[in-house]
Amino acid sequence: MLQVEDLYLVLDGKPIINGLNLHVKSGEIHGVLGENGTGKTSLAYVIMGVNNYKATSGRILFEGQDIGKMSVSERAQQGISLAWQEPARIEGLTVRDYLSLSSKNAGFKRIYECLEAVGMDPARYIARDIDSTLSGGERKRIELASIIAMQPKLAILDEPDSGIDIVSLPILLNGILELKNQGSSILMITHSEEMVEIADIVSVLCAGSILRTGPPAEMSEWFKENCQSCGHINEPDFYEGLKEAVEKGKTSA
Amino acid sequence: MKVLKRRWRKVKPVLSRSIEKEYRGMVEAYGNAGGDKESLSDAKVAKLVIHENKVLSSDSVEGLTVNTTETEDGVNIYLIVEEGVRIEKPVHLCFGILPKEGLQEIIFKLEARKNSDVNAVAHCIFPNAEKVIHKMDADIEIGENARFEYRETHYHGEYGGIEVIPKGRINIARGGVWQSTFTLNDGRVGRLDYDFAVFCQEDSVAELIVKAYGKGDDDIRILEKIHLNGEGARGLAKSRIVLSDRAKAEVRGETFGNAPHSRGHVDCIELVNGSEAVATAIPIVSVTDEAAKVTHEAAIGSVDRRQVETLMARGLNEDRAVDVIVKGILR
Repeated sequence: MLQVEDLYLVLDGKPIINGLNLHVKSGEIHGVLGENGTGKTSLAYVIMGVNNYKATSGRILFEGQDIGKMSVSERAQQGISLAWQEPARIEGLTVRDYLSLSSKNAGFKRIYECLEAVGMDPARYIARDIDSTLSGGERKRIELASIIAMQPKLAILDEPDSGIDIVSLPILLNGILELKNQGSSILMITHSEEMVEIADIVSVLCAGSILRTGPPAEMSEWFKENCQSCGHINEPDFYEGLKEAVEKGKTSA
Repeated sequence: MKVLKRRWRKVKPVLSRSIEKEYRGMVEAYGNAGGDKESLSDAKVAKLVIHENKVLSSDSVEGLTVNTTETEDGVNIYLIVEEGVRIEKPVHLCFGILPKEGLQEIIFKLEARKNSDVNAVAHCIFPNAEKVIHKMDADIEIGENARFEYRETHYHGEYGGIEVIPKGRINIARGGVWQSTFTLNDGRVGRLDYDFAVFCQEDSVAELIVKAYGKGDDDIRILEKIHLNGEGARGLAKSRIVLSDRAKAEVRGETFGNAPHSRGHVDCIELVNGSEAVATAIPIVSVTDEAAKVTHEAAIGSVDRRQVETLMARGLNEDRAVDVIVKGILR
């Protein structure tokens, strides 16, 4: 479904994404696990084409089509969407309006279902604005509800658990599974090994490149043992040596 | 507070043919401007319809007295809400000038007596304005624990040849509430010179909200002043302005915390959606009592890129996304 090939992104002379390769298959939840500053959000932005994040080189293929020169709207119309790490607040736009716009004018029933899927009481939220009166966690859940309403072929979820309290986390995970059940593929970007437990496959990101890819439990364990204690995160020289070592199987890290 | 039984009296039961024609014209324009035409023919709704300097229709309800005097250039209105009266349905006011040219001066005196409660909806309609002046001078007294909500919406047509000059002075007694929303989004603004000042006594509440969409070479000037003179008084001066083309706006929001525990806030957003449009915000906050608190926030700039891209990521094209955001700000 999504094929990212040898992707580079340089911003203000600083390399952000470095020769990244990634393959998201149809119907899967593909987790991308990385520490802060490893390029996770930049990866989400460059795939979605937002914030002027245009690849310096490399290709992004969606269903075989190079989408690198498409606008955000065109990518969305192809079937890709993004749930932002910090979703925008828009005064005067109600939850109902937002979900309706996202779903190409779905009716009340569908909007209710989408809100319920993320554990929100529709009667309480449907007429509220998606503005600063919502808490961070509420706004995040509405963001996920809007993605469920849109039913994209590929949903990019950027740190879906950030700002979500521990009680609401299982509800959020159910919402992501609901998204998968309705047929969307999911690229879930996170720094949390708990979140990737629901993934089908996980890639570990470091210094703007994928270090290794494998089953969630194995990748989580590897991430915990190596990345969380690493004193050289995002140091490209260290990363190159590490990558070589990992490829040769000489070390677990 | 008692809820009134509905007893209605028609001030002008018989209309001459020319007035009837004007009345039909105003009702039609009212509907086109988004007003609820049915409400103007609903015998259970208090209403006042004024075209130029003619009172075309005036219906009242028990506890609400409406006196009008036609003058050379407009109408003097004296509206009294009796003590303890709660008007069940919104009072509808309709002011307008249908020809291309004209002058309408409304002198508006309102007395909302102790413990009364009223919602009023005003539509100001100038659909063909090429050289029109609409002035309103309001002198408003809100009694103890009375509440008056006033929503005024304008419809101006596309020519822009209109000057709108609403001035208001509002005194709110202890525990009273005044909430007003002035909206001018449909058609061209022309020149708007809005000047409202509120004087709040103990535990009273004032909310002044202005929303306007300037296009072409429209000129918008807003002055909202709230004097928090009584202990525990609260005030909000809020404005939402969108400018395109060469339109300009200057918004002054002034709040004065003069009494203990008074709380005020000035909140201004101006979106500039045109390279030649000019927006200015001048918030003034002043505190003369150490236990008072007044805050302000003002944001001026182009439409937020993140907001636009959020909507684009849901499949909207850029123009549509900007349109949704602008409409939201002005809603």
